[in-house]
Amino acid sequence: MAQQFVQLFVNGLITGAILALTGVGASLVFGIQRIANFAHGDYLTIGAYVAFVINVVFHQNLVVAALGGMLATAGFALIVHFGLFRPLRGRGTIAISLVTVGLGLVIRDGIFLVAGSQVRVFAVSQTEVVTIGFVRLSPGQTIAIAVALVVAPLTALFLARTRLGKSMRAVADNRSLAAVSGIDVERMAVYVWILAGGLAGLGGVMLALVQGPFEPNLGVGPLFLIFTTVVLGGIGSAFGALTAGLALGLAMELSTWSGLLGGIEPKYKPILAFAVLILLLLYRPQGLFGRARVL
Amino acid sequence: MQVFNLPFWTFVGVIAGIYTILSLGLFVQFALAGLPNFGHVAFMALAAYTMAILVIRLSAPMWLAALAGLLAAVVFAVLLGGPSLRLRADYLAIVTVAGGEIVRYLALNLLDLTGGAVGSVGMLGQGNLAQYNQGWDSMLADFTTALSGPFGSLATRDFSMFLIVWTVAVVILSLFWVMVRSPWGRVLRSIREDELAAAAVGKDVFQYKLQVLILGAILGGLAGLLLAWQISVFSPTDYEPTFTFYAYLILILGGMTRLWAIPLGAVLFGVLFAGTRFLDFWPLSLVDSGARAFLRLEIVGLLLILLMAVRPQGLLGNRRELLLER
Repeated sequence: MAQQFVQLFVNGLITGAILALTGVGASLVFGIQRIANFAHGDYLTIGAYVAFVINVVFHQNLVVAALGGMLATAGFALIVHFGLFRPLRGRGTIAISLVTVGLGLVIRDGIFLVAGSQVRVFAVSQTEVVTIGFVRLSPGQTIAIAVALVVAPLTALFLARTRLGKSMRAVADNRSLAAVSGIDVERMAVYVWILAGGLAGLGGVMLALVQGPFEPNLGVGPLFLIFTTVVLGGIGSAFGALTAGLALGLAMELSTWSGLLGGIEPKYKPILAFAVLILLLLYRPQGLFGRARVL
Repeated sequence: MQVFNLPFWTFVGVIAGIYTILSLGLFVQFALAGLPNFGHVAFMALAAYTMAILVIRLSAPMWLAALAGLLAAVVFAVLLGGPSLRLRADYLAIVTVAGGEIVRYLALNLLDLTGGAVGSVGMLGQGNLAQYNQGWDSMLADFTTALSGPFGSLATRDFSMFLIVWTVAVVILSLFWVMVRSPWGRVLRSIREDELAAAAVGKDVFQYKLQVLILGAILGGLAGLLLAWQISVFSPTDYEPTFTFYAYLILILGGMTRLWAIPLGAVLFGVLFAGTRFLDFWPLSLVDSGARAFLRLEIVGLLLILLMAVRPQGLLGNRRELLLER
């Protein structure tokens, strides 16, 4: 049972890291742009597919592939920002939400049309097992952990210590106040999209590595988990999203632990997350760590 | 397949009629009262599943099972909507999609009850073919026989279905025509435009919103039942969130606030959706038939973006009436 706990804990850390990284981007976007981006999950898919092409078709190593995926997704996010969201500024949140739903369909089915519906795998062994202590991991999971250990602290450091990171958080927290203190809100929106896109791309690569075989629906599944992360951490709060992502990942995996009253069946994990999302929005829309204020 | 193919277009007509009923549900909720329900498909799923489970497991009579299906949709609307109606619009959107996804995941995972991914045929477990539409089909067969008098060989199963579905749609449309112009309809529009103002003149905003939610749920459930009877076997993949946005696209195609434009939007959408299989010229001929489904969704997505960007009031809509500025 203890072994199962540790295994679940590690799995939870991996899921949590993916949610934390993608959630930071989505939360800042929500905070700064007031966009509930229903296409955010498909941004992950873009990252995974670009990285797949670099990794498998052009035989580059995974680091290059992941960087390529991040760059491509960030670039795509920028194109969408300038080509779609900026011209539509001032429309209502629901109108923009409908646009992002359409965008999600365009991305997902575009990838289906270009890459086909067959499953893909990165060039890492799918059968090998890495054993650390009594935790058994696939090589893909091991890489995802390594990436998370490097990128998550870097992201936190960037947001906490650099001028740019602080400015981003300031705009997400209070747009007008940030603007009057001399922060160029428009420029911040651009940087936030680069960050959100890059992290989404990386999250997609990690998700694909952890999952093994993947297809163009890769990013749709975690979309609502990302939303849950954003709301749990408090919309617009980057650190909130980092913590909330980890907490959600751990909670979801550990809820299946048999030591916990037998645990719930793994197949009900998504339902648990959806229920958490609904309850949070109903009763604590400011997030677990947020201050209550008029949102 | 030929482009001019009566049975095929009759089928498309049936589906368009069902879309009309579904979209009318969204019309009251979204276009009239301003509630962004992004999980409308859940009402279809709940009604269809409740009806099928009752018929298959308890061999309940068709009409009773259908009524229970509608009731299930209403209960879900009250459970989900009751507390969330006070939320801000974008939160409500997220809550409703998540609610819809809970329904779909439950249908996918409660194997013993719903048949899981196999769908309604698997409700009695492997090896047993479960069917829920004998009652409907025998009624439809009687109706078709009765029709073959005046209509001759024109009277097919889908033709009867076409008449039934569109009769229902037209009846609902006429009812709505009256309701939109009634004081009730005016209160709803005032809520959409300014909730506080409506509350300030003494209207119980919450009560009105709840009524709208329930009305939409009944229509969604009705569309779900008709679709289930039409396709005679369904599975959780028929209730993916995308379906809800077909209805939104229909609403926008028709013109957000023009009631009579909704069936027009539904027919347009149906033709567009089914018609992609006939588009065989370059460059579309590069897409093989297996990938056409993705092409269709690609077009749906593009249209959704384009229309929201260029004509948010819809093709035939009235710009002064609704700009979705909130």
